[in-house]
Amino acid sequence: MSVLTLARLTFREASRRWIVWVALILGALFLAVYALGFHQIQRDIELNAGRTSLLERSEMYNFFLMAGLYVVNFLNILMAVLTSVDTLSGEIASGTIHTLLAKPIRRWEVVFGKWIGFAAMLLLYLLLMAGGVMGVVYLETGYLVPNAVRGLGLMAFNALLLLSVSFFGGASLSTLANGVMAFGLYGVAFIGGWIEQFGSFLENQTAINVGILCSLIIPSEAIWKRAAHEMTSPLVASLGFSPFSSPSVPSPLMLLYAALYTIGALFLAVRRFQNRDL
Amino acid sequence: MVAVNSPAIETHDLRKVFGKKAAVNGLDLNVERGEVFGFLGPNGAGKTTVVKMLLGLIRPSGGTGRVFGISISDYRVRERVGFLPEHFRFHDWLTAREFLQLHADLYHMTANEKRRRIPELLELVGLAPHASQRLREFSKGMLQRIGLAQALLNHPELVILDEPTSGLDPVGRRLVRDIIGDLRRQETTVFLNSHLLSEVEITCDRVAFIKRGVVIATSPLKTMIEGELTVEVQARNLKESVVQGLTRWSQNVRADGEHLSLTVKSEGDLPAINRYLVEQGVEVYALRPAHISLEDLFIQIIGTDGGL
Repeated sequence: MSVLTLARLTFREASRRWIVWVALILGALFLAVYALGFHQIQRDIELNAGRTSLLERSEMYNFFLMAGLYVVNFLNILMAVLTSVDTLSGEIASGTIHTLLAKPIRRWEVVFGKWIGFAAMLLLYLLLMAGGVMGVVYLETGYLVPNAVRGLGLMAFNALLLLSVSFFGGASLSTLANGVMAFGLYGVAFIGGWIEQFGSFLENQTAINVGILCSLIIPSEAIWKRAAHEMTSPLVASLGFSPFSSPSVPSPLMLLYAALYTIGALFLAVRRFQNRDL
Repeated sequence: MVAVNSPAIETHDLRKVFGKKAAVNGLDLNVERGEVFGFLGPNGAGKTTVVKMLLGLIRPSGGTGRVFGISISDYRVRERVGFLPEHFRFHDWLTAREFLQLHADLYHMTANEKRRRIPELLELVGLAPHASQRLREFSKGMLQRIGLAQALLNHPELVILDEPTSGLDPVGRRLVRDIIGDLRRQETTVFLNSHLLSEVEITCDRVAFIKRGVVIATSPLKTMIEGELTVEVQARNLKESVVQGLTRWSQNVRADGEHLSLTVKSEGDLPAINRYLVEQGVEVYALRPAHISLEDLFIQIIGTDGGL
């Protein structure tokens, strides 16, 4: 019950401190810009309809859809870190944690409660943004992305992974150090992803291995690549190279690793928080 | 395992070491149920560290601590405890009512209990007109009041107040004192951590002095003060023989012109002394009992180095 109280409190805080509203307003702006841009492109495609086959057109839709989802994935990760980066360290630094923890409540309940609150918010945000991108494409063209549910699930997983990392940092470090750590890790994942992509394009095994190593340090880019792989239509994939998807597909084993990584980060967050003198 | 009459607070050889520095160094403390207990010491003596250990915020490096016979490492003991932290930083985006609702939820209070208790407490601390105001807009004094209300939500059997009156105006201090008085009547144990000695003097039954993380003296406040009552007399026509006669009440009489000071055993002697002086033809202008102040006692016990 205390877990739910904390989850509700987290939700309320995000709403009171305008985090939810700013995210929604700018999310709506993003979707509006995306819709406008896609509408213009779609009109050009329609004008040239005679010269393109239905199949080619759907491949183009897939490409633009993946471009939108790529940005949504990035925003989602950003949100996961930015919203939660000071939730533990901030309460410790300000001292608000003292009144909370002087209640008959266990520390893990505070961590889980907050985590669930943020997770729920991130899922809503993702659903709105990714659903919005898919909706724009569907309304304009009637095109549906393949494996939408699985893809969305993987993107949600990605947000939860970063959320757990940010919780671990928040239980151990100051707010700023935590932010630097989370984005630093994300940077490693990002560049690792690109190295692996080039590596597999050029068939350079060393580059691929560097990419895999980066995924072991933090598997967030690997999850995105898997999500992109699920949602990319086979023909686009067969082109071999796209900035938004990758020929090297992370294995189920990597996904299992990512799941363990997420659980492990959250577990360590609880342990660090439990052992801290406040 | 849990004795029915176990003390409200009981620590044995409680220790906390931060790095190389021992903040609390083998603390033995015993606070009985229903007493208002003052915990005194200079800044940095380890008072707040002790309070935080009692509440599970800081893990002891050694020794044991029990509250109502339950180990302080058991979170359930806090069902029976209310706490006002020193810096009273709260979630300031909540309104006063929401803040109390949140903490009532953490005490697992039912909807019915909350409906009754929250308005009652807002009334008690004088914040009823501000119930829908965000804590962000509250003054320091108002924050302390809402913090106090929060500490009383669950009808606690033990209330721990960490410097409850620092930063409060006289009206606020009076409120804290009245609330402590109410708690005493309800036989609630109060653990008052304070360096404002006048407050402690007025409110506490018993005090402990702590210095460098150990209790160096514990004493009931009443007897401590009553044992050392000084009387200041201002009078004219004081004869040497009259001053001599006062020795039947006091071994320690000093006369200096129109000023006379003597130490007596109890306040009960004062009317007799006054009658004696008047009968001897002394013109008494003033007769004032002056308790040895807790501040004098504090300096006497802790030393002027402040325990640094």
